[in-house]
Formats: sequence, C-alpha cells, structure tokens
Amino acid sequence: MSTRGFFVVALVVSLLVAGVASYYASSHPDGLEYVAEQTGFLGSAEDSATADSPLADYQTSGVDDARLSGGLAGVIGVVVMLVLSTGLFWLVRRRETADSEG
Amino acid sequence: MHVPDGFLDAPTSVATGVVATAAVAVALRGARRELDDRTAPMAGLVATFVFAAQMVNFPVGAGTSGHLMGGALAAVLAGPWTAVLCLSVVLVVQALLMADGGITALGTNITLIGIVTVAVGWAVFALLRRVLPSRLAVVAPAAAVGALLSVPVAALVFTGLFALGGNVPVDLGAVLAAMLGWHTVIGIGEAVVTGLVVASVVSSRPDLVHGARSLLSERELETRTIEIA
Repeated sequence: MSTRGFFVVALVVSLLVAGVASYYASSHPDGLEYVAEQTGFLGSAEDSATADSPLADYQTSGVDDARLSGGLAGVIGVVVMLVLSTGLFWLVRRRETADSEG
Repeated sequence: MHVPDGFLDAPTSVATGVVATAAVAVALRGARRELDDRTAPMAGLVATFVFAAQMVNFPVGAGTSGHLMGGALAAVLAGPWTAVLCLSVVLVVQALLMADGGITALGTNITLIGIVTVAVGWAVFALLRRVLPSRLAVVAPAAAVGALLSVPVAALVFTGLFALGGNVPVDLGAVLAAMLGWHTVIGIGEAVVTGLVVASVVSSRPDLVHGARSLLSERELETRTIEIA
C-alpha cells in the first residue's frame, strides 16, 4: 500500500470511529467514575471550566439529533487533532541534511 | 480514566502539572530523533486515531465501561517520546474542547495517560522484543501485553495520587482494590484493540511501525549480504 493510500485509510477509519461508531459507545460510567461512586468520592468532582463549550461532552450544542450532534463533535475533534498534532510533529521533526534537500 | 477537577487537591495538581510539563519538554527533544518527513504525518494520524478511539467506551460489566488509553499503541507505532506528545495533544484537546477531563487536572491526566501508560507500555514491549525471536509476528502480541499492563499500573498511580492528595477521606484499600480490579478488565480491552491495530499496520506497512523498524533494517541487511556474496 502506498504511503499516501495508507494515510488516507487511517484518516477515514478515524473519522468513522469518531463520527459514527462513537454513537454506539457504552454510556455507562468509566472505571474511575464507577469506583469514585462506589467508594464515595464522586461528589468531589467539579464541572470543568469548559463545561459550557459548544462541543462539551462530545455533543454539538444546537444540534438536537443525538447521532448527528455526537458525530459532528467527533468529526470536528478529529480535524482539530489532525491539524494540531501533524503541525506539531512537522515542526519537531528532524530536517533532512542540507545536501539531500538540495 | 480522565480525572475531573476536584478529585485531587491543589498541591497534588500543581505537582503533577510540573511533572507533566517537564515530561513534555523532554519528549519534545526526544521526539526529534523519532520524527522525519515520513514519520511526522504518521505520528499525527496516530494521535488522531487515539482521540477517535477514546470516544468509544466498551462495556466491562456491572454498569461500568472503559475505553482505549492508547499509550502502548502510540509508543509502538510512533515511538515512546512521540507517544507522550500524541497523548498530551489528545488530552489538551479533550479538556479544552470537549470538557473531558478537568482543566486543573490536565497535569494529572497527562501524567497518568500520557506518561505512565506510555512508559509501561513501551518498557514491557521493549523487554518482550528483547527476549522473543526477532520476527515481525511478535510485534503485535508484545504491544498487546504492554497495553494490558499499562492500564492497571495507571490505576495504581492514580490511587497513589489520591492517597496523597484526595479531597475526600475514603477507605483507600477499597479504592485500590476497585481501581485495580476494574482496570485489569479494561486492560484486556486495551490489549485487544492495541493488538489488532498494531497487527493491521504491521501487515500493511511495517516500515511505518516504530517498534518494528529494527527488524526491517536487519532483514534489509541480510538481503544485501546475499547479493554481494
């Protein structure tokens, strides 16, 4: 598989996982939240300062359909992640030697 | 295991913030050696996939769920220093954009998910690579075992932090037992996802897998020797 082809497949898989598969995720509390509830310290959790963000809890505010709201938040998250992380790694990377850049 | 604001007191949160900042600074230097024109886009996609996969909680029974943490996966695919940066970007985006994991808890979450799971996942993987035969077939199973152990160790470190700076006095033995128990089960899910993803990348493009690269250069070297002979 070409490098370009591989990267396209990886991006499409990420978009499908965040945009479609996430709708079918378990809504049960995660391990830490469950243990906090069982052992009695869940009450000390505070709302995040970003709790009113338009994408808080992976839901897009103003979009009523649950599947669309979560899917859109996932797709936006994937695009933001791709730009930020690829940008960071491109800046950090080792440059080729001067003569090979030629 | 995203820790919300409020679980840990201010001194503990500041301390984990210092640890996380130092680790990211060191990782920025270390990642230079792992990233070039070809592997930098690969690392960006690894971070992006980990973000996506963390959205999909899988049930682990009794009304509990877990999701991939991705430390072992990112370390094997992109290299351990790059993996610390991958997970840090994921956690910053989740905290700022999705309100997942607290803001004052960001240092704690980077410490647990960005440092502990990467360090344990990579250490176990590297150890297994050393004792197992040098074959591509061992890469995915070794990554899976690293993933399996990384989750309960992160749970153990959380419990240690909670013992030092938990805001609510509760029975620490009960917290420890429950954290370890549930996160051992979640670790099985982590191992399955990590093993499957690493196996599929190894089968299509092993040269893009950081943890498999030394196996490929050995193979290349053998081919050349035969050609010269």
